[in-house]
Amino acid sequence: MNAPNTLTLSKTSGFDGSGGRGRKARRTPKGRQVDTQALEEIRGLLTDRPRRRDLLIEHLHLIQDKYGHLSAAHLTALASEMKMALAEVYEVATFYAHFDVVKEGETPPPAITVRVCDSLSCAMAGAEKLLADLPGQLGKDVRVIRAPCMGACDVAPVVAVGHVQMFKADTGAIVNAVKAYEHAYAAQPITSFDVYRKDGGYALLKSCLDGARTRDDMIKAVDDSGLRGLGGAGFPTGRKWTFVRAEKGPRLMAVNGDEGEPGTFKDRYYLGLDPHRFIEGMLLAAWVVEAKQIYFYLRDEYPELRLMLLDEIAKVEAAGLSPHTTINLRRGAGAYICGEESAMIESIEGKRGLPRHRPPYVAQVGVFGRPTLVQNIETLYWVRDIVEKGASWFTSHGRRERKGLRSFSVSGRVKSPGVKLAPAGVTIRELIEEFSGGMQDGHTLKGFLPGGASGGVLPESLADIPLDFGTLEPHGSFVGSHAVVILSDRDDMKAVALNLMKFFEDESCGQCTPCRVGTEKAVKLMEHGPWNEALLNELSTAMRDASICGLGQAAPNPLQSVMKHFPDDVKKPLKGW
Amino acid sequence: MTENPKHLHGENCINFTLDGREVHAHEGETIWQVAKREGIDIPHLCYSPEPGYRADGNCRACMVEIEGERVLAASCIRKPANGMKVNASNHRAKTARDMVFELLVSDQPKRETSHDPISKFWTWADKMGIETGRFPEREKVGADRSHPAMAVNLDACIQCNLCVRACREVQVNDVIGMAGRGYHEKIVFDFDDPMGNSTCVACGECVQACPTGALMPSSLVNAENVRTEYPDKQVNSVCPYCGVGCQLTYNIKDDKLLYVDGKNGPANENRLCVKGRFGFDYVHNPQRILKPMIRKEGVPKTPHEFIDPANPWTHFREATWDEALDKAAQGFLKIREEQGPKGLAGFGSAKCSNEEAYLFQKLVRTGFGTNNVDHCTRLCHASSVAALLEGVGSAAVSATFNEVKNSDVIVVIGANPTENHPVAATFFKQAAKRGAKLVVMDPRGHALKRHAWRMMQFKNGTDVAMLNAMLNVIVEENLYDKQYVQTYTEGFPAFAEHVKQFTPEEMEPICGIEADTLREVARTFARAENAIIFWGMGVSQHTHGTDNARCLIALSLITGQIGRPGTGLHPLRGQNNVQGASDAGLIPMFLPDYKSIENPEIRGAAEQKWGVQLDPKRGLTVVEIMDAIHADTIKGMYIMGENPAMSDPDLNHAREALAHLDHLVVQDIFLTETAVYADVVLPSSAWPEKDGTVTNTNRQVQMGRKALPLPGEAKEDWWITIELAKRMGLNWTYTHPRDVYPEMASMMPALDNISWERVEREDAVTYPSDAPDKPGRDVVFDQGFPRPGGFGKLVAAKLTPPDETPDHEYPFILTTGRQLEHWHTGSMTRRATVLDAIEPTAIAAVSRGTIAQLGILPGDMIRVSTRRGSVELSSRQDDAIPDGVVFIPFAYVEAAANLLTNPALDPFGKIPEFKYCAAKLEAMPVREAAE
Repeated sequence: MNAPNTLTLSKTSGFDGSGGRGRKARRTPKGRQVDTQALEEIRGLLTDRPRRRDLLIEHLHLIQDKYGHLSAAHLTALASEMKMALAEVYEVATFYAHFDVVKEGETPPPAITVRVCDSLSCAMAGAEKLLADLPGQLGKDVRVIRAPCMGACDVAPVVAVGHVQMFKADTGAIVNAVKAYEHAYAAQPITSFDVYRKDGGYALLKSCLDGARTRDDMIKAVDDSGLRGLGGAGFPTGRKWTFVRAEKGPRLMAVNGDEGEPGTFKDRYYLGLDPHRFIEGMLLAAWVVEAKQIYFYLRDEYPELRLMLLDEIAKVEAAGLSPHTTINLRRGAGAYICGEESAMIESIEGKRGLPRHRPPYVAQVGVFGRPTLVQNIETLYWVRDIVEKGASWFTSHGRRERKGLRSFSVSGRVKSPGVKLAPAGVTIRELIEEFSGGMQDGHTLKGFLPGGASGGVLPESLADIPLDFGTLEPHGSFVGSHAVVILSDRDDMKAVALNLMKFFEDESCGQCTPCRVGTEKAVKLMEHGPWNEALLNELSTAMRDASICGLGQAAPNPLQSVMKHFPDDVKKPLKGW
Repeated sequence: MTENPKHLHGENCINFTLDGREVHAHEGETIWQVAKREGIDIPHLCYSPEPGYRADGNCRACMVEIEGERVLAASCIRKPANGMKVNASNHRAKTARDMVFELLVSDQPKRETSHDPISKFWTWADKMGIETGRFPEREKVGADRSHPAMAVNLDACIQCNLCVRACREVQVNDVIGMAGRGYHEKIVFDFDDPMGNSTCVACGECVQACPTGALMPSSLVNAENVRTEYPDKQVNSVCPYCGVGCQLTYNIKDDKLLYVDGKNGPANENRLCVKGRFGFDYVHNPQRILKPMIRKEGVPKTPHEFIDPANPWTHFREATWDEALDKAAQGFLKIREEQGPKGLAGFGSAKCSNEEAYLFQKLVRTGFGTNNVDHCTRLCHASSVAALLEGVGSAAVSATFNEVKNSDVIVVIGANPTENHPVAATFFKQAAKRGAKLVVMDPRGHALKRHAWRMMQFKNGTDVAMLNAMLNVIVEENLYDKQYVQTYTEGFPAFAEHVKQFTPEEMEPICGIEADTLREVARTFARAENAIIFWGMGVSQHTHGTDNARCLIALSLITGQIGRPGTGLHPLRGQNNVQGASDAGLIPMFLPDYKSIENPEIRGAAEQKWGVQLDPKRGLTVVEIMDAIHADTIKGMYIMGENPAMSDPDLNHAREALAHLDHLVVQDIFLTETAVYADVVLPSSAWPEKDGTVTNTNRQVQMGRKALPLPGEAKEDWWITIELAKRMGLNWTYTHPRDVYPEMASMMPALDNISWERVEREDAVTYPSDAPDKPGRDVVFDQGFPRPGGFGKLVAAKLTPPDETPDHEYPFILTTGRQLEHWHTGSMTRRATVLDAIEPTAIAAVSRGTIAQLGILPGDMIRVSTRRGSVELSSRQDDAIPDGVVFIPFAYVEAAANLLTNPALDPFGKIPEFKYCAAKLEAMPVREAAE
């Protein structure tokens, strides 16, 4: 690697014909040059993989996996190999939390990284203690860092040793896991491909592919069931299919498997339980909108599922079940914002995950500028059952005039947390008592998060409101991805709000001022001394009104709801766990 | 731009309500644009209304309320819909905008020490009354002053990414990125490198775009990076450097250039390159010649002699203008008397105005009485001109380079536009980004390669083999446009027969490009909706330069890829006015407008106009004139703004010739290597010191305006030529270029409908123009060609090897050219502080393989020798250079590339083979630096 040589500006101006007055010209053209050995190594890694720009993140993973970091020499070589500019590669590499860029003269990170989830459920379960204890226990050769929600909140606290997650982790177990240091391996699906098929799986898909069903039949069934997007936005699925179909082809499909909303782990649950029910739903939806390519974006926190899905998708392809489309499994790289559908699309295109402006909507202008159907994993999971059992089966569930089934990810101060399939319109109190074994001993319900970090914090007094899309909005809250975190009298609501605001600060993409600067200023104001509630409210209004995407718009929700519903906590000094 | 909304009608008109008013929008207009038109000023930071800038909507300073929508919308990016109710001025919108500003102000440097107190940011903040913020500020980052031209102050950065768009989307230099995430987000150069160490090419687009003073020209700030300099005057003009013809604004303080901004000219749309933006202070260089000088009695003229330009008094003495002009004129008169007109010659300049070129050739033709008048076009595109005149009857481009916006296939051959036509290159790169197929054909793998759909890195000097193979494919596979060929061309049957022998398989080993690639590119070009060809000196500067150009012309003609938007032939012209100087007749065979001097009818008309008899024979060309001096035929020369002692091939020969002249008058702004041999030196004007028109590569006639006073006793070039003419018995009464222009235009049908006043009013007019109130034509030849019958002529080209090929003794190929920072022979750019700082001295670019072969390290000194001479200079390891090739830029007197080049000429264009000769490379013994 040739270090770029520095230019010096001569104070005396003018040329005297003496040959540059003894100043040296650069030894190479401007800027970093490609190192031949690094280039060979990159070529060795990429082999015959396409050099397309949309694969940049995949290629960065190859380097990070092999070398444990991304050296400047490798990044330079990769840029050259992909015909990209240095800045184009660098900005992507530094956007995602799972890449470690190491420049000349910098020390690469240790071979083993332990990530400790410090999102709310894990914080409540002792993450800070782990963060305090682990560095001393593990020594200098292990890096211990904070990480956002890992999607296993029912078994908090969670840490990841390398890519392998440990549940209900304690220091001793982590020390042993570091010693053993294992790579992730493919999970065994609870329902295998063969069992799923024996049970009638993929018959519906075949009937579609064989022409026994029409696309309109499918849309009608889904429409009638009232199925809504279960990633959090709740957009009616049948209508989405109709909209995308109305756009001029070629159309594409993207599956949002970037489940990152703190408290949410239902998609992970369904993928592990019965992956083919989801895959069939995905292939059905692609058939309906005639998407020739499916981009399935899965968060990097679930490596065992990614490896499993690679196998299972291969089985589906080998069985000839996907003649109408191609499934491209794409790997996230540690960015909550990529759960926002347009940011996910940017990431699928190999770029930084910045949400796009709407309009145009992704149904019109999505992946590679094409009309794109974007669906969440769980939404697709229900498609087969809805069509086979009939829309009325789905709508037969529900309480308090709400219809359908909802999967709640329940964590926090309950006896038996986990994914709870419950009727739409269920209340928090019912969820706790009927589905989650009641409150933990010694804990009294004080408040709850109905919809992850974004959905706000509600008090016990609102525990009897039916939970569904649209029911919580009057209270400045929403149900979103149905991530329920139960808080008790032992939890400081100020600390809850700060934990969530810090999460947004870390995960803000940085694109727009209200979110980038607003989350940072909010954290600063919330960390020290009494809260300046007036200023925080002014700031919250601007963030809600003026941020580009849902992250910034919803980031003040926990703060504002805590100020509104827990005035006593707000007056007290900040505590922690 | 105020428009009466009542005139907006039809289905493309959108009606909506803005602050309670019924307003109308054109299709595609944003709310911000309509508001602006309606007189409602909405703040904006990340949005720039300048051409080329996509609205990004990220800063949120322009939020408005749309009734019925949950959140506010960024007016810069949001388009209105019919019936929409928009509130731009209500409390909610204003509160949000104020909070955005307050958040940003909280992290800014204090108002009193802000980097640019009149930045767009502070201007808006002042207007909104937001001086401070209530929020805790974040930690500050330090300044980066690693670049000689630009100061980077990221503590003022608001992450609006205008500089990223400037660098990536407008100029497509791809150096600036937005790294990191959230509030760690940061503007970076490459891998977060100091700007001065990055791949930055210093176009300065980011500086012009930055709304906060985070990026500033370093000429405006003090050591603390706080702005201290403000202009007191602004003058709009044209860039003095290359043929792109960028319009710019000079910002002046106390009659000194402070900084330069790009202006929205038709060719550049606000863009500039490092030379245009930062290479201006040569005009204030202390080495400017301030008084006329006469060679001291008895001081001999020795070839290769060096005179310190700061102390010319070893060889010259001061003179008054009268004395110097008298001596200059008398010298010419004496030779004319003794030797006849044939004893005189003149080199005009492609850097001077059209009017000055016209006057110069008129003086030589009517005062000297000879057609021995030429200029650097001979060294640039003479072969292209010969081929174009022969094939399509006109030497100008058939389409502007901006036409690439309509092209789906773009061929760039033998040109390195990112260095030599940087602003034109930005349009090529944008087209490639949009999806047009860019085909780069060049032995060097230069910067466009990264954007290319196909890079054809062929062996040096094998252009005809490669192009004939493509022509072969197009003919053999019946891909040619039969109807076009029949309607608009002549000579096709013989031409088709000729190219049959050049099969891709047979040409592959010659040119080094795989037969499959030759086929693929030929097919793609022929089948393209709109394909266009650009070429540069890599095509023209060969002994087979005319043949190279003939192939390109044939490629366009047989595929019908000419005469429509997005198609055509475009030789990228080198100097700012090489097109105009050639148009004005500054060439030995043509009167103004390429009218043959040897045609009695044409000559007669000119004689009548000028009132003198003209030499009926064409004159000698640049290299021929040097030969004629050696042969004692030519004894006296008038050289205006040219530097043959650096630019001619085989400088030993050229410098000996200059030293051999009895009488040499050099008119220039510096004591150039040529002026060393002068008898009289006349101090003249730099481009910003005079008025006059110039014509760029696009056929756009543009107005250069006087922005600065002349230093010392220096005079405008046109004035000097007029004074000489008067002293040679010509009765010239012009007092300003505007007096010259009508006479010149009256001899040039190309300038019909383009008056001086019109150019002054419109800043730029493209010729031909069909009426005084109609814009000129960007694309010509839509109805055939200005040749007999309107036919384009297909001319077969055979394979001719370069004049001097490598052998055992001289095993390398030497090729020469330019660098981004240095213009021509370096007389201006090496005296520009920034350009000199970036490229201070001579280099020879070679491959890694060559570095290894020589057993040296990159940067070590090497000696490069040819049969004509030898230079010593630093090596530069450059992956763009193939093994066995050495590239030397010709701007450096300390290692003048042209001491090495081969003066062999193309038989038609009389252009020397600068791009190919045999050379030897040797490692130099390492010397201890004497300290």
